[in-house]
Amino acid sequence: MSQLEIKDLHISIGDKPIVKGLTLTVRRGEVHALMGPNGTGKSTLAKAIAGHPSYTITSGEVLLDGRSILAMHPDERARAGIFLAFQYPSEIPGVSIANFLRAAVQARLGEGEELDATAYYKRLYSKMDLLQIDRKFTSRSVNDGFSGGEKKRCEILQMAMLEPAFALMDETDSGLDIDALRIVADGVNALRSTNLGVLMITHYQRLLGYIVPDHVHVMWDGRIVKSGDKSLALELEAKGYDWVKNELVPA
Amino acid sequence: MANLPATAPVPASPADTAENPLSGIDQAAGNFSYKMDYEFDAGTGLSEKTVRYISAVKKEAPWILEFRLNALKTFLAKPMPTHWATKDLENIDFDKIRYYLSSGQKPKRTWDEVPDDIKKTFERLGVPEHERKFLAGVEAQFDSEAAYSNIKEAVSKQGVIFVNSTEGLREHPDLFRQFFGKVIPTGDNKFSALNSAVFSGGSFIYVPKGVKVAMPLQAYFRINAENFGQFERTLIIADEGAEVTYMEGCTAPKFSTSTLHSAVVELVALKGAKIQYITVQNWANNVFNLVTKRGVAHEDAEIKWIDCNIGSRLTMKYPGVVLKGRRARGEVISIALANDGQHQDTGAKMIHAADETTSNIVAKSISVGQGRSTYRGVVHIPKHLKGCKNNTECDALLINTNSRTDTYPAITSRGEGNSTQHEASVSKVSEEQIFYMQQRGLTEGQAMSLSVNGFINDLARQFPMEYSVELKRLIDLEMEGSVG
Ligand SMILES: Nc1ncnc2c1ncn2[C@@H]1O[C@H](COP(=O)(O)OP(=O)(O)OP(=O)(O)O)[C@@H](O)[C@H]1O
Ligand SMILES: [Mg+2]
Repeated sequence: MSQLEIKDLHISIGDKPIVKGLTLTVRRGEVHALMGPNGTGKSTLAKAIAGHPSYTITSGEVLLDGRSILAMHPDERARAGIFLAFQYPSEIPGVSIANFLRAAVQARLGEGEELDATAYYKRLYSKMDLLQIDRKFTSRSVNDGFSGGEKKRCEILQMAMLEPAFALMDETDSGLDIDALRIVADGVNALRSTNLGVLMITHYQRLLGYIVPDHVHVMWDGRIVKSGDKSLALELEAKGYDWVKNELVPA
Repeated sequence: MANLPATAPVPASPADTAENPLSGIDQAAGNFSYKMDYEFDAGTGLSEKTVRYISAVKKEAPWILEFRLNALKTFLAKPMPTHWATKDLENIDFDKIRYYLSSGQKPKRTWDEVPDDIKKTFERLGVPEHERKFLAGVEAQFDSEAAYSNIKEAVSKQGVIFVNSTEGLREHPDLFRQFFGKVIPTGDNKFSALNSAVFSGGSFIYVPKGVKVAMPLQAYFRINAENFGQFERTLIIADEGAEVTYMEGCTAPKFSTSTLHSAVVELVALKGAKIQYITVQNWANNVFNLVTKRGVAHEDAEIKWIDCNIGSRLTMKYPGVVLKGRRARGEVISIALANDGQHQDTGAKMIHAADETTSNIVAKSISVGQGRSTYRGVVHIPKHLKGCKNNTECDALLINTNSRTDTYPAITSRGEGNSTQHEASVSKVSEEQIFYMQQRGLTEGQAMSLSVNGFINDLARQFPMEYSVELKRLIDLEMEGSVG
């Protein structure tokens, strides 16, 4: 019953309601695509689940394997298995990717447990090879001066290293060139086989050709207005958001 | 303030009731330091009597006493530099301060009385058991004689003198006197005058011509009540072509009842010599840390100050180099961390006094919570000089919006063919950045600590390994403690 359940969730920024009653369950091993126009609240949903302090959950629940995570700090949620691949990853000057990930891996070890540095580097290099990231990147500061696509790839590298149970991938495809998209998709597919549950926020059908979703949801004004299988994404692409607005949104 | 005229009646101090201050001195001085098995102190408050007392206990030559007494007059005459620094200086109560404690001073508290958080800090820093008691003020003496004598033995083979300042004055008076008080004259500022009146402890080092001391000389290995005291006086002379690195301080905070620390450190690098002076200090929150540090670099000589200041209520410290000889080089690398309730007023002074001299200043400050950092610098290149260069870089990192940071670079360069370069930056650790790191599983404290370490990373890399490791641990602790 390993699953992430979002139940009738309402999220506000300040006094402004953004997400207005959203319900969705992601099981491990499943990929759910979440689509919807700009400003509809997709990133808000992802960040709120991850525990961002600017977003207030006014009602509803988020359950991880049946237990509420809403009282947990962001780092506790992360260690419990929730990973957010950011739409706009932050830069951390002076902190190398190797040291940053090392600290993150160390944070997941028990009290008094020491990280095996050799094994860590071995694993880091193998994941980098998988994602075709140059090894020189290990000594570069996290996201500092990275191109848009490099940042996105770095997010997936972190995801691969931290092996979450659930990943919220916020527009990981935007900014990636055609080859990079393939490489990242292969990486995600490899993780998917290890029982990863994914909520994949995207605007484009193309990514869904590489990472085939089990479910597709269309979001509009803070709610999911339609769910379906992968064909829904194709339909959406063909008909556009006017279709959603005119036919799916209750007047 | 204790602006008592020298003739004013002196409040009774415990010292007045002692019979003969000199009778208790152990004349069979130890091999490497003078053991003082008596229990005298100079009482509280500052007067001519205090100064005479200190000098008498130390059995000093008359010229030193005279030097001290003149310094006292200068100290009393000089106003507090509150007009440019901070009004907080007015809160120093000079009457309540103990100006001299002998090393045999009985501990004022027991281990049980040491607060738990302090004990925990020692544990986290990995301070060895026997050092903890000393640092917590439970034991007056820290026995590191073994470690120290190894170093001393090794370097004395090369003719290096490495003793405490009291010993230096007794055994090498001519050498001492030749350079003492020349780099930093008594009247340089109010606190250099205070130090000149009541100094005790600190190191005296002489490195002979052409000798390169391979291992860093560490004050840490020879701390005792006096050396680790409030008014250290250090003088380091590197003779022509000599090279030496000196490290002072330790990252474990010293918890004492004394609230004023006012050291004077003078460096002399003769022709072609190199001196590197490294400080990592972590003061308790109630300490005024008012230190004057300066070096003179002669022709082709190099002086480098690496200075890390953490903690204290107020730190005022501007290590300087007087570039006296042609092609002399001066460098100040400084890191200051001001947490809640702390003010770090630090910087550097570079006085160019010869052609083709170069100076480099890199100052990084971190302000956390209500912490306040100020960079204050002086770079002076007079008109008649040619081919001088200065580079000044000040970077401030703010953690949370209440922090305050100010920069006063004051670069004056008049001559032609001299170049100066100045860069300053202020950056913030944003909520987004912290959230990003937390999302990867790091606690808020770990996230802040990582940001701070990232900020100083390029400087910390220049430190000796053990110091940069300790500095990192120290920052971890500071950041952990600053999370609400
Ligand atoms: N910090 C903030 N303060 C005020 N409004 C905000 C803030 N963050 C987001 N919003 C608003 O909330 C709404 C939802 O934004 P969100 O980023 O969740 O949209 P999105 O669905 O991810 O859009 P996109 O497809 O463009 O990424 C938008 O109107 C946005 O302007
Ligand atoms: Mg978005």
